[in-house]
Amino acid sequence: MVLTVEDKRPVNLDLTTIKLPLPGFASIIHRVTGFAIFLALPILLWVLDQSLMNEGSFDALQETLNGFLVKLILFAILAGLIFHLVAGVKHLLMDAGIGETLEGARRGAGITIVLSGLLILIAGAWLWLPM
Amino acid sequence: MVTNVTNLGRSGLSDWMMQRITAVVLGAYFIMMLGFFACHPQLSYEQWHSFMGNTAVRIASLISFLAVAGHAWVGLWTISTDYFKPTGIRFLFQAACGLALMVYFVWGVQILWGF
Ligand code: HEM
Repeated sequence: MVLTVEDKRPVNLDLTTIKLPLPGFASIIHRVTGFAIFLALPILLWVLDQSLMNEGSFDALQETLNGFLVKLILFAILAGLIFHLVAGVKHLLMDAGIGETLEGARRGAGITIVLSGLLILIAGAWLWLPM
Repeated sequence: MVTNVTNLGRSGLSDWMMQRITAVVLGAYFIMMLGFFACHPQLSYEQWHSFMGNTAVRIASLISFLAVAGHAWVGLWTISTDYFKPTGIRFLFQAACGLALMVYFVWGVQILWGF
């Protein structure tokens, strides 16, 4: 790259020297989960397809989803969706001007993490505990 | 004004709005699905089939599939402009994402009307 203007902006690319505050942590996880859901969409579409095709494929799907590894993958996708949803709602609230202060942002990120953690636990219980 | 040729609505503000509207649509669809599953713990094929085959649910699903495509396009576009500086790489990434989203959408429509 050719720099024509002398560039004196500070550069700090050693990520380990940066301490990420809680709202920053929630933000990057929101981005990672958004991208992960995008990558997982073919899996979800395949599940939808198998679940609807006919009774046989529905039963076979239930069998497949009961496998430990498959269930774990499903759980990871659900966890990503739950976090993205909760953080997304927080995002929309902040866009509407709610909690748009430094203190509010910290509290919002804290609530997002605790609430989505709880919902993820419930999703895990729903997947693994017999009902 | 900075003009851009690869974003969805030719304007950052309209993309921003589109991402929010589609987020609300997806959130509503997600919660509707959660509600259905919560009400049917021992889901049978008949129940699931008739629920998803209901015209209102089919329309909701179709709108949500459209919303995913729009929402993810804006989101992935934002990500690409943050991390990929060289135009060629950025364009390739965007093209791959756009193609994937189109395939997802058509596949989704085929599933919705193929059972
Ligand atoms: C179902 C599939 C979904 C996919 C594939 C998806 C994907 C993405 C991606 C890739 C981004 C960009 C992240 C970034 O710019 O850092 C994003 C942003 C966003 N998502 Fe989603 N998302 C989905 C569902 C949802 C839902 C259900 C909500 C509910 C409220 C939501 C709310 C948001 C919001 C508010 C943003 C904007 C964040 C920002 O401007 O930084 N998304 N999404």
